[in-house]
Amino acid sequence: MSAIDFWLGRHRDTAARLPGADLPWLVRLREDAIDRFADEGWPTTRRENWRHTSLAFMGQQALAAEASDKPEAVLARLRERYRTASRGQAGTHEGVASVVGAGSTANAAASAPQDLDHWLVFVDGKFAPALSAIGGLPGGARIGSLADALKQSPETVEAAFGSALDGEAPQALNAALVTDGAWIRLGRGIAIEHPIHLVFIGATVADQHLRNLVVAEAGAQATIVEHYPAGAAGSTLTTAVTRVLAAQDSHVTHLKLQQEAPEAIHLATIEAEQARGAVFASHSLSFGARLARNDIRTRLAGEGAEALLNGLYHADGRRHVDHHTRIDHARPQGTSREFYRGLLDGSARGVFTGRILVAQDAQRTDAMQRCDNLLLSRLAEADARPELEIYADDVKCAHGATIGQLDEDALFYLRSRGVDAVHARQLLTYAFAAEVLERIAHAPLRALGRAALLERLPEGARLEELL
Amino acid sequence: MLKINNLHAAIDGKDILKGLDLEVADGEVHAIMGPNGSGKSTLAQVLAGRETFTVTDGSVDWDGTDLLALPAEERARAGLFLAFQYPVEIPGVSNAYFLKAAVNAVRRHRGLPEYDAMDFLARVKAEMKAVGMKEEFLYRSVNEGFSGGEKKRNEVLQMALLEPRLAVLDETDSGLDIDALKIVAEGVNRLRSPERSMIVITHYQRLLDYIVPDKVHVLSQGRIVRSGGRELALELEEHGYGWIDAAQSGKAGGASAGARP
Ligand SMILES: Nc1ncnc2c1ncn2[C@@H]1O[C@H](COP(=O)(O)OP(=O)(O)OP(=O)(O)O)[C@@H](O)[C@H]1O
Ligand SMILES: [Mg+2]
Repeated sequence: MSAIDFWLGRHRDTAARLPGADLPWLVRLREDAIDRFADEGWPTTRRENWRHTSLAFMGQQALAAEASDKPEAVLARLRERYRTASRGQAGTHEGVASVVGAGSTANAAASAPQDLDHWLVFVDGKFAPALSAIGGLPGGARIGSLADALKQSPETVEAAFGSALDGEAPQALNAALVTDGAWIRLGRGIAIEHPIHLVFIGATVADQHLRNLVVAEAGAQATIVEHYPAGAAGSTLTTAVTRVLAAQDSHVTHLKLQQEAPEAIHLATIEAEQARGAVFASHSLSFGARLARNDIRTRLAGEGAEALLNGLYHADGRRHVDHHTRIDHARPQGTSREFYRGLLDGSARGVFTGRILVAQDAQRTDAMQRCDNLLLSRLAEADARPELEIYADDVKCAHGATIGQLDEDALFYLRSRGVDAVHARQLLTYAFAAEVLERIAHAPLRALGRAALLERLPEGARLEELL
Repeated sequence: MLKINNLHAAIDGKDILKGLDLEVADGEVHAIMGPNGSGKSTLAQVLAGRETFTVTDGSVDWDGTDLLALPAEERARAGLFLAFQYPVEIPGVSNAYFLKAAVNAVRRHRGLPEYDAMDFLARVKAEMKAVGMKEEFLYRSVNEGFSGGEKKRNEVLQMALLEPRLAVLDETDSGLDIDALKIVAEGVNRLRSPERSMIVITHYQRLLDYIVPDKVHVLSQGRIVRSGGRELALELEEHGYGWIDAAQSGKAGGASAGARP
């Protein structure tokens, strides 16, 4: 059972064995967090930020991990997919627009991209060094597990960890129970050229609680990918919190690929704090899980910061996916761009909330938000809600949301050229979604996103043939 | 041979085609002219298989096949091609992908091997050159942001690649400058052959200087009200449609009485 008492018991029983159990600040933070969780409980639709997503069912939900492939196999599959997808990505014409000829780029990168990338793998909530391949790093960069960092440099971790009061109740539960996650610290001006992959595989445990901390000092640059591949089947719970502290003029790109098993519950937060001139991009690809909730927040705390929140979700059956975003423009001349697209099939439900706050001091803010949903069946549902709160007067702020079906004219046009109706629908669906992927700058990662999307679409393999 | 007999089609309960008869023999090019709103595009769309129009009566026989019984994609694979009056934009689908999907769907149906990427590219580039399209149009989304004339060239490009047995061109000349008009007409003339028929819908007899039709028809209020040779187009150019409408309403009683029970 996943009732509140269960989690209180879990905290009581495990707190002494969790990483940082010897650190008074962390012990205290965990206690405050579990108290807060006990107090608030699982959010229901009565709570302002949960109007369309209730976790009330969690009170009765039994969590259990069922048979799973070996983590080695899950990882191997993921890396193979990445390798295949990114083959031939060196072509001149990029993106969907490249189609013909993409396959004929003979001299694609001699070494496969993932051999140069940095891989941190976590199994059942714990760092798995044997499966990881951190690779070479410039001096001044540190990539490792949070548990190790708590031993080696607890003060720096403390500054980045966050508090028991951050976010919503599930985030507090995460703080109380977190077992591990990634610790990434990039010194001044350090640029990590190849992506840092964080792979979280749930193999035998019913719940995992992960926290990733990214500290980018002035001018540092990195691309970080969080993978949640399907591990154990069954009603499992993942809570994940990723915090990004982006100092002046740093560039942090975050990509999340959520492909959890069909009965999984996935509750995640991604929160960034951007200093002056810092550029933060978040790409959230949410394809799996029975219920997935992503709280994505960034605070443009310094002048001239830039944020991109980009996302794509697909749900079918009775699955539910919720993106709850918030952009805080706290200082002048910030730019934010927000683009979300949803594909909803079966009787699935997609929820998007886009909160944009422009403080009085944040003059010359330029904010733009869009959320477009495609309903692929009669019973699918979408909610897209912008929430703008603007206190500055010199501001450009545009938003728009659509919920619609495939364009009948385009369908007929394709069919009139001999393309059968099923293929035409898939093609248009894919094209609609793929526009989101075009914003992923790193070509192999974009290709990986495309492959993950095609896997979700019936007849995806047939589309792929032509791509 | 295409035989359209007493074709009636409606949309939202409104009758648009009201007993249209037309026969086009193999190898012939027929021009259809007629006032705005008379039903020319409706005819073209009904032939192509657009389901938004309901065929309420009549038949279309194409070499012994009941054309109206086939879904749009099967008509296309059997060799019917419609050049749209308003080609559709498809964001996110590259023209190259679109063309390749179309060509291979049709080739598969005809029992021909599908093109691989290289062969297809060579073929498509050659055809693009012929219709004066730059290669960059391959990598742009289908018709998205294309100018009116560029869209029309893209239609002719598709026609050339799909090698139809029956092509219906719906105002492919509209919005073209004089050079483009010649290119498009050349594209059409290149495809002319004894086994290929064409229906060319146009408002301008100018096009017929370049594509010389075997017959010219006037469509008015959902019916073919007059047929003739090339000279009919010249007459229309000079006098407009008024005289036909007038002549038509004069004998309308007898004609429609014969057509309906
Ligand atoms: N989707 C539709 N809904 C309602 N009416 C329609 C629809 N499509 C066509 N019509 C009507 O059918 C009639 C015939 O239209 P059609 O497009 O076939 O004319 P046309 O002869 O091609 O005209 P033009 O020369 O302007 O292209 C018009 O009155 C038009 O308004
Ligand atoms: Mg028309």
